[in-house]
Amino acid sequence: MDSFANRRHIIRFIVILIGFVYVIRLFFLQVIDNSYKLTASNNVLRYVTQFPARGLIYDRNGELLVYNEAAYDLMVIPRQVKAFDTTEFCQILDIDKEYVRNGIKGARKYSVYNSSIFLKQISSKTYAKLQEKLFKFSGFFVQPRTIRKYTSENAAHVLGYVGEVNDKIISKDNYYKSGDYIGISGIEKYYEKQLRGEKGVNVFLVDVHNRIKGSYANKKLDKEALVGSNIISTIDADLQSYGEKLMKNKIGSIVAIEPSTGEILTLVSSPSYNPELLVGRKRSPNYLSLKIDTLKPLFNRALMAQYPPGSTFKIINALIGLQEGVVLPRTKYSCGGAYFARNLRVGCHYHRSPLNLKESIQISCNTYYCNVFRNILDNKKYPSIREAFDKWSDYLFSFNLGRRLGSDFNNELKGLVPDKKIYDRIHGKNGWGSLTIVSMAIGQGELGVTPLQMANMTSIIANKGYYYTPHIVKEIEGDYSLDDRFNEKHYTKIDSSYFNEVIEGMDLAVNGAPGTGSTARLAQVPNVTVCGKTGTAQNPHGEDHSIFIAFAPKNNPKIAIAVYIENGGFGGTWAAPTAKLMIEKYLNKEISIQWWEDYILNAEINYNAKKN
Amino acid sequence: MQRKINIWFNIDWFTIILYLLLVFMGWINIYAAVYNEGHQSIFDFSMRYGKQLIWISAGLLLAFIILLIDINFYSYFAYAIYGTMILLLVAVLIFGKEINGATSWFQIGSFRVQPSEFAKIATALAISRYLSAFNVKINSFKSYIRLAAIILLPAVLILLQNDTGSALVYFVFILVLYREGISESILLIGLLIVVLFILALVFSKFVILIGSIIITFLIFLALNKDFKKTGFGFLILGSIIFILLVVNQILEIHLSNYYIILIALTISSLIYIYSSVKNKLKNVFILLIFLFSTTAFTYSVDYVFNNFLEEHQQKRINVVLGLESDPYGVEYNVNQSKIAIGSGGFSGKGFLQGTQTKFDFVPEQSTDFIFCTIGEEWGFLGTSVVIFLFAFLLYRLVGIAERQRSAFSRIYGYGVVSVIFFHVAINIGMTIGLVPVIGIPLPFFSYGGSSLWAFTILLFIFLRLDASRLELL
Repeated sequence: MDSFANRRHIIRFIVILIGFVYVIRLFFLQVIDNSYKLTASNNVLRYVTQFPARGLIYDRNGELLVYNEAAYDLMVIPRQVKAFDTTEFCQILDIDKEYVRNGIKGARKYSVYNSSIFLKQISSKTYAKLQEKLFKFSGFFVQPRTIRKYTSENAAHVLGYVGEVNDKIISKDNYYKSGDYIGISGIEKYYEKQLRGEKGVNVFLVDVHNRIKGSYANKKLDKEALVGSNIISTIDADLQSYGEKLMKNKIGSIVAIEPSTGEILTLVSSPSYNPELLVGRKRSPNYLSLKIDTLKPLFNRALMAQYPPGSTFKIINALIGLQEGVVLPRTKYSCGGAYFARNLRVGCHYHRSPLNLKESIQISCNTYYCNVFRNILDNKKYPSIREAFDKWSDYLFSFNLGRRLGSDFNNELKGLVPDKKIYDRIHGKNGWGSLTIVSMAIGQGELGVTPLQMANMTSIIANKGYYYTPHIVKEIEGDYSLDDRFNEKHYTKIDSSYFNEVIEGMDLAVNGAPGTGSTARLAQVPNVTVCGKTGTAQNPHGEDHSIFIAFAPKNNPKIAIAVYIENGGFGGTWAAPTAKLMIEKYLNKEISIQWWEDYILNAEINYNAKKN
Repeated sequence: MQRKINIWFNIDWFTIILYLLLVFMGWINIYAAVYNEGHQSIFDFSMRYGKQLIWISAGLLLAFIILLIDINFYSYFAYAIYGTMILLLVAVLIFGKEINGATSWFQIGSFRVQPSEFAKIATALAISRYLSAFNVKINSFKSYIRLAAIILLPAVLILLQNDTGSALVYFVFILVLYREGISESILLIGLLIVVLFILALVFSKFVILIGSIIITFLIFLALNKDFKKTGFGFLILGSIIFILLVVNQILEIHLSNYYIILIALTISSLIYIYSSVKNKLKNVFILLIFLFSTTAFTYSVDYVFNNFLEEHQQKRINVVLGLESDPYGVEYNVNQSKIAIGSGGFSGKGFLQGTQTKFDFVPEQSTDFIFCTIGEEWGFLGTSVVIFLFAFLLYRLVGIAERQRSAFSRIYGYGVVSVIFFHVAINIGMTIGLVPVIGIPLPFFSYGGSSLWAFTILLFIFLRLDASRLELL
């Protein structure tokens, strides 16, 4: 009747098979495998992360800039929390019961099994008090961490700061867990991987009373933390500190580079802030008040402020003119106090006339460069101005203007070199000529250069035609080496030989005989030949920006510097003496005439008289 | 009186002893699991072990009452009981109390009942009633539909209660259908789907596609024993793939290799079908259907996995398949459970000496994870005895089912076997990390009135039917 009765064997077979598999599995689990039996008593595993000390940061002479200090986070594992004496707990930690309730609730929301931070950065003193009573508070434990400390108030923009990771970072990079720190700007950000080291973990057996009973599985699962690598910065701490001192009460920036290596000696953005403000429990309120400060202390002007280069740009136009063969060192143009063409007038100041090329740099003649610039753009070599303009901008790109330098800062801007299409759009394809854009002859108009780019440009002139990409880190200890791109020589499209003439002009601008019309005599440094060029950038927000670029000594230059002082007026007034003091400090180690330092320190620049 | 004597005489005392043994072991393990020094008496009714004793006593009373009921009651009222259960399952969705995220409890005062535990009995009865009717042929489309309806209706309702574990139990009735002669191919397809589902989660689609192509060719070879044709077919596919690869490279279409092989397969399938018709080759068509449905299925797996399973369920499956590791989240229970069981060693730490389970490290240690307590305190000896007892019980129940003269009793017997088997296999498998965490109780062991009574009723109805097996001629 029942032809399927044999199937009972299959069913029985399945039952026995499963039973057999389970017994074998249990035999392995209970008899063979010893890892589960390590301890006879009550155990639960606790994973304690070992946070490595973050790498230290030194200046180029080995002076310590950033170090670490111990701090303790109180952690909680909600699942293990038992009823405890809240009054005593609150008293030790100096918190209220509301905080305890919310803290545990918040932690529970994150995870019942995982630990989360209950109270951040408790002091060593509180920690000592808490430690002896911790056994009463099941589910709580202390996690040592380190926080950043600074040896001075300087170089905040260079060093950057560290902060807690946010959810976005956690979801992108699974190295980071809630509560971890990460570099947010400057060296701390760019060299995060090297500085942070590698977290380790210790797996402990903990009894129900939250007491550590020993390591789990013979430390098989433990991982040693790797200490972060120390970093030697290219910064000269003394010069940096001096630069920040000089820039007190001024808005602007100083960038100094060692031309032979591209190492950044000083990078000042003013106003700055005390890096100590962005550390520890008071970080959030401090950050907020810095953020809403109208002077924008968090804004790194050295990398991100794009100013017109003003007259310093004449050097570049002179070099392009020489390279293109449209001007010769002996070429002279006369100037009657302004450049006139059709119905356009570009003003100049009163000076002797006519001038040759190097005198035009010495005296900074606008008329001369209107002529040079127009010669470049109206060159018969090119079918139209559009091609000539492209050629001209190619030269600028080779100076890395309008391009990101690729330094080891994350937030560097690329500046502005206009594209011909902009003029096509405004004036029509054939509707513009050299005269339309003649303001760029003297570095005004649609040009934007950051102080870092400007310093690099100066460094190129000092090197007579090449540069190393500016960088802020000199050496990384441990297994890391500096990126190869910082050892690469970049050449501009100007032949080295053309630089001599403009350097002569820059020498004359600073060291020309009194009464010959030198524009930057305030930048003279005893025993050193400084070559420099002033600049005055018109800007729509008020008084002109005072600009000065210089390098020294003339032969075998050691420092190339760019100084921007916003609304400081003529370049020779504030920027030139500031640069002089910096160069003197760096090369001579002492200031010969104290009066100049006081002059700069006591400068009062009126930032309230802003035009709208 | 005559009949009554018969019952006590014919009843399978051996099974009853097994039952009592399992229930007793469950009780003392619950005692050990929640042992509290403040309440040392095992008769302390404020503790779970005291309460479990009440449930056990009430369960024995229920068993006794069941034995007194006439056997015809169950087949007569099978559908009525099933219908009532369905209504209760609907009612619990509306009036039920939510505990641990599942709305599967009725609460009357301090007393809670979980109807889904009892719905298994009703379903087993309904299946038995349907299949034991004279004019029912199991392998007909009509039967398939009706059986599917009987089994899936309560399963879906329980799924709606958010109690996935209890809903999954219903799939085990396929064992009953298997015994009653459902076509093996249905069973094989079911098995294939499960295997493919797991493979599709572990391996990429590409690997599965290549794998199933190779398997198909091997099956073809095995069926036809023709190396020449198999090799030729392989050559066709290979050269089309090659041509497509070249075309892809030259025209820079950037089609992934997966799609290239799929397109090549489609083109060569047309060639295969043409030549199979011409050469009168068998099986080609079926094999191709197999191949393409496999491919289509792997496609749907990701979709089903991502859209129909909740995150914690996906995680549990991934953890068992070793695709994901999460020692503090999903893995926590299983890890702690394995530590508890593993720390028991060969002979265990001894009664009441277990520490892992007692100190809350293992969750649900008196209900779903009661097996941990057995493992920790009684060691490998204890766990293998429990597994042996269950295997023995099931083996015996199969034997009892087979000796029934009425189809109804036999089918119901297999229902009992299937349900107990599923619970035991899944529950123990989960505590030793072989099966994803599915929250269903260990029969007769786990703490809880509903579960204990349900298994008691389930078993004793069958024993009652068995006791009267000789009345039928």
